[in-house]
Amino acid sequence: MRGLDPAATFRQEAQELLEQLELALLDLEHTPDDRELIDSAFRALHTLKGSGSMFGFTDVAEFIHDFETAFDRLRKGHSTASPQLIAAALQAKDHVAGLIFGEAAPGEGAVILQALRSIVDVPASDVAAGEAPQQALTAASVAEAAHWRVQFRLPSDALAFGANPVLLLEEIAAIGPATIRALTADVPPLGAFDPEQCYLGWEVDLLAPDPHDAISDVFMFVGDVDLSIEPLHAPATAAESETIVSPPRAADVAPAPVRQEAQPKPRDSATEAASSLRVPAERLDALMDQVGELVIAQTRLTQISAGARDPALVAIAEELERLSAGLRDTSMGIRMVQIGTLFGRFRRLTHDLSRELGKEIDFVTSGEETELDKTMIERIADPLVHLIRNAIDHGLEDAATRVAAGKPARGTVRLSAAYVGAEIAITLTDDGAGINAERVRAKAIENGLIAPDAVLSDEETLPLIFAPGFSTATEITALSGRGVGMDVVKRTIEALRGSIDIASRPGQGSTITLRLPLTLAILDGMLVRVGDSRYSIPLAAVEECVELSVAEAVGGRDRNFLDIRERLVPYMRLAELFGSEAPRDPYQKVIVVSSGDTRVGLVVDQILGNHQIVIKQLSRFHAGVRSFSGATILGDGSVALILDVGQLIGAGQFPDDCSGQPVLRKAA
Amino acid sequence: MMDALTFRLDDELFAIDARQVREILEMVPVTRVPGAPACMDGVMNVRGRIVPLADLRKLFGMSCAMADVNTRIVVVELTLGNDPVVVGILADAVNEVTRIPADAVEPPPRVGMRWPVEFVTGIARQEGRFVILPDLVRILEVIASGDVPQSACSRAAA
Repeated sequence: MRGLDPAATFRQEAQELLEQLELALLDLEHTPDDRELIDSAFRALHTLKGSGSMFGFTDVAEFIHDFETAFDRLRKGHSTASPQLIAAALQAKDHVAGLIFGEAAPGEGAVILQALRSIVDVPASDVAAGEAPQQALTAASVAEAAHWRVQFRLPSDALAFGANPVLLLEEIAAIGPATIRALTADVPPLGAFDPEQCYLGWEVDLLAPDPHDAISDVFMFVGDVDLSIEPLHAPATAAESETIVSPPRAADVAPAPVRQEAQPKPRDSATEAASSLRVPAERLDALMDQVGELVIAQTRLTQISAGARDPALVAIAEELERLSAGLRDTSMGIRMVQIGTLFGRFRRLTHDLSRELGKEIDFVTSGEETELDKTMIERIADPLVHLIRNAIDHGLEDAATRVAAGKPARGTVRLSAAYVGAEIAITLTDDGAGINAERVRAKAIENGLIAPDAVLSDEETLPLIFAPGFSTATEITALSGRGVGMDVVKRTIEALRGSIDIASRPGQGSTITLRLPLTLAILDGMLVRVGDSRYSIPLAAVEECVELSVAEAVGGRDRNFLDIRERLVPYMRLAELFGSEAPRDPYQKVIVVSSGDTRVGLVVDQILGNHQIVIKQLSRFHAGVRSFSGATILGDGSVALILDVGQLIGAGQFPDDCSGQPVLRKAA
Repeated sequence: MMDALTFRLDDELFAIDARQVREILEMVPVTRVPGAPACMDGVMNVRGRIVPLADLRKLFGMSCAMADVNTRIVVVELTLGNDPVVVGILADAVNEVTRIPADAVEPPPRVGMRWPVEFVTGIARQEGRFVILPDLVRILEVIASGDVPQSACSRAAA
């Protein structure tokens, strides 16, 4: 068992906070006045600082403190969210990530902070004060300071959720000289006293400049606080003045503060945090495994009960079937993640690319709420990065060319997701130059991918860009154009049992559509028997099933194709392919499967039926076996392998090209 | 000193670190994986998990008897690279858990062995018998790298 590593927990949490920060910053670029966004960014920074110092990442906390000081100017309205500020803040965010994950370049932090400060124009004295929190109040700020009465009451269940009034009071006292009184009116008699409830309220007389912001910060992480802040006109006694506690944050005593709402807004993320919880992915995997086992056991029970003719047993079996189906759906649902989490990451990518390439881009996303298996989301991230880069680098023209072509100077890249039947379609559209089919064709001929005299329609030509070693960019940029990538994209998508389509109109742009199953874990399969082994064929790939006539079966030794409705369909005998020694059935079946435009018949002994199967990966010891994409456990507890149709068809097409697969070579 | 599980392959006694052993199963249905390395050409269902089955007899060139009542599958869990792997090891019979003192283990002789020296960490003398200590990690690494003969699976066609 692995112990709980606090640093790892922090890193995980930090990752999310950094994403939140980045998103807020990117959104701010479009709506610079959105206070909600500024607050969201600030909260992320503040939490990062807090947990950073708690887990001993002092360098992180120190850097963020200065970052926060600079950013606070924006929050207080002293500065606007200019593109320069956003760019500098994004750099600072990257530096924080670097510090946390140990990849930061030494000395970089100071440079970034310097840039950030010069943009928000923070007076150096403020920063100096921020760096030395123990410095006493300056005379000027004491002069501006007034007396305030702060009253607050925590929600009665606050203690149960980990709020610590002592810490809150200490934080308030740190704002300025404070006198604290407890409000004990609500404390019930001992008999009715619930030790987990918080009955106390507090009243604090505070000497400080307008403390609204500072107080809201204190209660940032407590739910619905009953809070009131009122000016108090009684003068401070001399004794109180002498016990001045130094303010920790220079920013809070900065002159001319902007009024903020006195009540901290109910925090969405806080409520979300209370109603959701973080679970290690392995536990989910374990849950899925166990549910899979349960479904298998239940299938066996159903089989037995069907034979036993005992009504009571049948009733229980049916009940169990219903329950386990529900349980399976629920546990599958746990793994589903909104694709918006992934889209968010690309906003930064397009932002950076836009600056780097000097192209103005509108990045529009839709369908963020579409849910997809978590593993799937992780695996399509890289291919999508590649496609987006390509769209921006190759697809979108520069502003001058666009204007000349009568298009708006800003290019648009649209990323959307939607359910299509049992699949999800992810579409990436750009309004760029489109793909020049002639150039693709010329390049394909040059690279020997097609014969010079081949006649291809545009629909046939465009997919050539997914062929290995293909690249149309005459200019190689740092981002794309090395000829690797598109084929990797295609292979990755196909490995996820998905497909990729491309359409393009010259001068109007291109559309790339990815179609993916919603989950990697479950598959509709057709179970077949070959010799004494059973295999599952993904139903999506099955076109039709025909009987292999005796004449063909006998005479077909040298001639491995069938005539199906006047089309030639080559076939492979799985028994030979898999070296099965068992005697063949007299009436063999051919299952016609397709991958892309290629159709191939697979000869099997028996078709056992269709059913949903839980896919399990083969171990690394079988990674070299390409004919199978995984395995599944059948109702009787035995294991059936799942055929990788794409691989099988590929191997059948190019018999000389499977030197790594001696199994397949013989059969072809 | 180590606690070791001893088991028999053909006519030789082997011992593996008992801490690596997760469970010992009676023979279960094994699904052959065409095209996989001969010494790892099967998978089985171990509590809902698909676990590869290694047949060290094929790796060591020993004769392979059919499974009988004594046949067992020793499920081991060890770390390969940085990842934990679970593998079943076919045993003609499982003997006992015993204690092997460190001074009873000798390095494998360079000559006089009928199997590759690289797969053996040492040979222990135990109650007058030689017990072979296989280097499971090394063996599994070699299998995972694919540098072992593949199963003859086109016999029907040949």
